[in-house]
Amino acid sequence: MDKRKINNPDNHARVIEIEGLNKWFGSFHVLRDISLSVDQGEKIVICGPSGSGKSTLIRCVNFLEEHQEGQITVDGLELTGDLKNIDAVRREVGMVFQSFNLFPHLSVIENCTLAPIWVRKTPQAEAEELAMEYLDRVKIPEQAHKYPGQLSGGQQQRVAIARSLCMKPKIMLFDEPTSALDPEMIKEVLDVMVDLADSGMTMLVVTHEMGFAAQVADQIIFMDEGQIVEQNTPTEFFDNPRSDRTKLFLSQILSH
Amino acid sequence: MNSPSNEAITQYKEARPPPIASVGIIGWLRHNLFSSVSNTILTLVSIYLLSIAIPAIVDWVILSSQISGDTRFDCKVEGACWAWIDQRLGQFLFGFYPASERWRVVIAFILLFPALIPWLTHGIPGQRYLRWFSVAYPVIATILLAGGFGLQEVPTDKFGGFMLNLIVGLSGIVLSLPVGIVLALGRQSKLPLIRWFSIGFIEAVRGVPLITLLFVSNILLPIFLPPDVTLDSIIRVIIMVTAFASAYMAEVIRGGLQAIPSGQYEAADAMGLNYWKSMRLIILPQALRVSIPGIVNTFIGLFKDTTLVIVIGLFDILGIANAMVSNPDWLGLSTETYVFVAAFFFAVCFSMSRYSMWLERRLARQRH
Ligand SMILES: Nc1ncnc2c1ncn2[C@@H]1O[C@H](COP(=O)(O)OP(=O)(O)O)[C@@H](O)[C@H]1O
Ligand SMILES: [Mg+2]
Repeated sequence: MDKRKINNPDNHARVIEIEGLNKWFGSFHVLRDISLSVDQGEKIVICGPSGSGKSTLIRCVNFLEEHQEGQITVDGLELTGDLKNIDAVRREVGMVFQSFNLFPHLSVIENCTLAPIWVRKTPQAEAEELAMEYLDRVKIPEQAHKYPGQLSGGQQQRVAIARSLCMKPKIMLFDEPTSALDPEMIKEVLDVMVDLADSGMTMLVVTHEMGFAAQVADQIIFMDEGQIVEQNTPTEFFDNPRSDRTKLFLSQILSH
Repeated sequence: MNSPSNEAITQYKEARPPPIASVGIIGWLRHNLFSSVSNTILTLVSIYLLSIAIPAIVDWVILSSQISGDTRFDCKVEGACWAWIDQRLGQFLFGFYPASERWRVVIAFILLFPALIPWLTHGIPGQRYLRWFSVAYPVIATILLAGGFGLQEVPTDKFGGFMLNLIVGLSGIVLSLPVGIVLALGRQSKLPLIRWFSIGFIEAVRGVPLITLLFVSNILLPIFLPPDVTLDSIIRVIIMVTAFASAYMAEVIRGGLQAIPSGQYEAADAMGLNYWKSMRLIILPQALRVSIPGIVNTFIGLFKDTTLVIVIGLFDILGIANAMVSNPDWLGLSTETYVFVAAFFFAVCFSMSRYSMWLERRLARQRH
């Protein structure tokens, strides 16, 4: 807690502000009174057992899920049903999914240029240049003209990251980006994410890769049953977990 | 050999070519025609049946047939009597279109190819300009066929023969795809009114035979039109055939839409694409690709259904054939006549089917 305050003096912009967020799926109360604020450049790792609402929480940030109570403000815009705000927020927020969700009918470079061309109105040549720059950054420029189906899982996820970055987002959301990958490919994706973190990107990452969390997170959030059970710096979180639920969770995922 | 060994291999095995018997013609024959006893029996039975049928067909169609003569009484042969083709081919192709103006239909038909081909494949020189030509084509063809702008006017009740099948069939094909897409999207809409309308339209149209729709079209369509507008009967048929086919099309495309994983919608949303852009750029290209067999199936069905125009008094190729076989001069030549008509439909439908297979293969190559 304190470390963040020191690293982020008040002149640092608040980019995400969540207050009293409640969400239900039908009668199922999936998010309960969540409050969270994220400053520019901050990296937050969210972990917790399956079904605890981690995905739902970060999907609320770009309005893939609609909340019923509370306020979510992203980059100064409050997310209500207002389509204009939603579009504006989605332009600033990139998202990487567990299952990549690349567009299989488009080549890698077309995947990367689609949103810049159609959403940001970037001229095609410029968009392609940008795409090559980011494909270079995720270390697969040579795959630019292949189709997603021709790539390995790790490569696909790196393309997905490049695709999001091409929109020059201010915030990146990651929903278990390495959970669908074979073990030998996890590292190549995490390397790219560490790189991105070092470049100063604001990141919300749902992951169980605790090595990654220890390396880059400013804060680790532990969720259970739709609530934030514990929120702390990595050192405190690992060395000194407060709740029994956190201890149990850590013992389970660190044991293998 | 079976006991576990503690050593790792030091030398990898070289790749070898496959055994002779599994490649080449012999390999193919063995694998496909003689792979088992039952397969071998099937192969032999098929060869036997073909050896009976093919010579008999060739004999009837060509060897023992006759192509000259003025009436059926001139035909003295065992095989087919094709003598009527010479007299009647014009009617089979053009109906009652004035003979002196038929060149216009031929030109419209020839221009059809540069109008269609740029939509069917990639890498045609000047593709972009040809597509503009395609957009202009319906106007050009209408003027050529119906007249105006200095061309002698031909009333549409003179249209007939295979030309009529092509006009109604192609118009229906070109229109039913977009209408079907809109209905399929409408059926999935979050807005209840649009959804209910789409479901209502699809179910109402699908639940009724096309022939009924054609019968009632002169009662049904005026309801939706201003009172003083009357519709040409060919336009009426095109509207009804399109409505009918698009209801089926909508269901085929809905199937394709359901095959698209929700992650594709989410990724498009997360990038900030709006509904129409994500449909156009992400969802529909994939959904239509999955639906190709069903779409082409609907096209083929539609094309064959164009023969139903007879119920509202139009003479398509089948109508002309019916008229001819009841003409005393050619009475009794129904086999020849209907084989001839069938050949036209087969040529068009088979081409569509082959095209769709080619397209599917090309798109599949792109993916992997
Ligand atoms: N669209 C949905 N409709 C109904 N229930 C859902 C939906 N999405 C998620 N849930 C439920 O909400 C809970 C939280 O899901 P999720 O946020 O995906 O958890 P996590 O990502 O932590 O595993 C789960 O119990 C899940 O079954
Ligand atoms: Mg999840």
